[in-house]
Amino acid sequence: MTFDLGTLSDPAHYVDRIALDNQPTDALIHALRHMIRIRFAEEAVAELSLSGEAKCPCHLGIGQEAVAVGISSQLRSSDRIFGGHRSHSHYLALNGSLDKMMAEILGKETGASRGMGGSMHLYAPEVGFHGSVPIVGATIPIAAGAALAAKMDGKGDVAVGYFGDGACEEGVMHETLNMAAVMALPCLFVVENNLYSSHLDIGLRQPANSVARYAEAHRIPHRVVDGNDVVAVRKAAGELIEAARRGDGPGFLEAVTFRWRGHVGPNEDIDVGVQRAPEILAAWKKRDPVARLWQSLLADRGVDTAMLPAMELEVRAEVASAVDAARAAPFPPASALLDLVYAPNHAAQGATA
Amino acid sequence: MTKLAYCDGIREAFEYCMDKDEKVFAIGQGLWSPWYVGRSMDNLDTRYGKDRVIDTPVSEQATTGIAVGAALLGYRPVVIHPRMDFMILATDQIVNQAAKWRHMLGGKVSPSMVIRGIVNRGGEQGAQHSQALHSWYAHIPGLRVVMPATAADARDLLIAAIQCDDPVLYIDDRWCYEHEEDVAPAADVDLASIRPVLRREGADITLAAASYSVLLAMEAADMLAADGITCDVVDIRMLNPMDPSLVRTSVRKTGRLLAIDGGWRTCGFAGELIATVSESLEPGDWRARPQRITLPDAPAPTSKPLEDAYYPKASIVAKTVKQMLG
Repeated sequence: MTFDLGTLSDPAHYVDRIALDNQPTDALIHALRHMIRIRFAEEAVAELSLSGEAKCPCHLGIGQEAVAVGISSQLRSSDRIFGGHRSHSHYLALNGSLDKMMAEILGKETGASRGMGGSMHLYAPEVGFHGSVPIVGATIPIAAGAALAAKMDGKGDVAVGYFGDGACEEGVMHETLNMAAVMALPCLFVVENNLYSSHLDIGLRQPANSVARYAEAHRIPHRVVDGNDVVAVRKAAGELIEAARRGDGPGFLEAVTFRWRGHVGPNEDIDVGVQRAPEILAAWKKRDPVARLWQSLLADRGVDTAMLPAMELEVRAEVASAVDAARAAPFPPASALLDLVYAPNHAAQGATA
Repeated sequence: MTKLAYCDGIREAFEYCMDKDEKVFAIGQGLWSPWYVGRSMDNLDTRYGKDRVIDTPVSEQATTGIAVGAALLGYRPVVIHPRMDFMILATDQIVNQAAKWRHMLGGKVSPSMVIRGIVNRGGEQGAQHSQALHSWYAHIPGLRVVMPATAADARDLLIAAIQCDDPVLYIDDRWCYEHEEDVAPAADVDLASIRPVLRREGADITLAAASYSVLLAMEAADMLAADGITCDVVDIRMLNPMDPSLVRTSVRKTGRLLAIDGGWRTCGFAGELIATVSESLEPGDWRARPQRITLPDAPAPTSKPLEDAYYPKASIVAKTVKQMLG
């Protein structure tokens, strides 16, 4: 095996309609709506960053929506999902509250983490999202630990750890893959390989551009898919998750994608590092996961052309309402600064000493 | 009352907590071998099964992260690092993750877990097999740090740590393992109730320490008693958050404070203790300048005479006390 992504990393390919196979039209429309919701929400976050209202670092995943939506379509609320610095899509694809995400980004008490975490620390256990952190690779073993808990619970739940191609350069990923394999943990490792770590192209960081080779080394079943094809992601995730639920151990899914914005913030990061020229970004925008699904629904399922504009109108209203509510919400009280360090029954101990 | 040794107290705490709560499990290197953790975990794997007492690959960071993840989902793991020197490899999971999730997620979740770090030094083991890094970790808000000195505390502080909703770093010292004392049967312990205790009462000086340094202070106090000098010996027990009130009260009585610590001097626990106590005392409360006895600011040597010179001894504590008394 060469572990070269080949045409998957060449934006001249995979720009046409996707194969819908036998997926129900309702489910596909649902996926479309989820992807649009993520994209519009992140566009709104970009505006909030540009206007200065949102100050916390916001890492946008516009262009990568199909990965989380495809994966989440195979999950249930008792599964346990963890993300990283770029996790708006992971949270929203599980149907995490848009109101709470916007409030969190503006540092408001009504936020997903009561305004104490910001964009990089989303939390919604009620839908299965158990946390995200920006220390690269840190949630990989944490997801494996949640998988160990699932195994001990014995109810067939799985854990999912999302990370990027950059996190594959952290030692803890290798430690964790090894342990997950040897302990047969029900964990799906999902790599959104967007070919960039911050400003550096993967070709300048790794000797091969497909990270599935690490799964092969640890004898973990793996799939490499077009991450901008929501059906391909859904199908590959389904096989790996089903095996994990059965007790067959971990799986590894490499979804090849591309982010339209820079590493952090609303800009496109043209030429901030190396090998991110305007023509490359323009080419990748043609491999648009939203447009490809929509064109496929039109061509293969004959959906009403008016459906998309209507859906977009509704989602824009939902996003605008979430931003308005976040603006109006209060900041956390000053007491949160010290009261949240330790569990409540212990909180006073340090202070009164 | 029955006689209990420190290392057996640790094992009793595991047995007590694992009998009582099926969500408690142990994970770390060497748990199926007596080489790594002395007899502090003997036979736990046969008693509770290898699914609850998990020996791991040589992966400190992933192992600790796995414990964090299990804790977030309702388990109460104890992750064991048989030497603190190697625990440094897990520092991201301890400092960035376990200690911070509660605050940074708005108090909505808390990794209820214990990180057990063992101080294993002496015997010419050298710079990377000897470290006591409690001062580093006690610097971190959100991470409780406890260090038992006695057999009863070895057991009871571990029970308290396991039952606590916060992440707790529990540090035991193999130099204490054979310390014995009479103990009552094991029972639930609320970590919030843990305060420093007066191990010995005297009038002339306050000796304040934690872990093995408490045993040194007690030995020194015995030596000084022969010369008619009596000491308050305060065992701090919990380094973070630290409650300085007992030391403060003691120093108001004795007018003298000697802090003894098995870590380094610079930015260390002994300095923190003296600073915290001094801030709330008046100049007139003192009869001598406060002093500290620590390791010298150097890595642990292997060569025998250098190692002898490296570690504090009771005789040095006694000599320093006499100097402070003039």
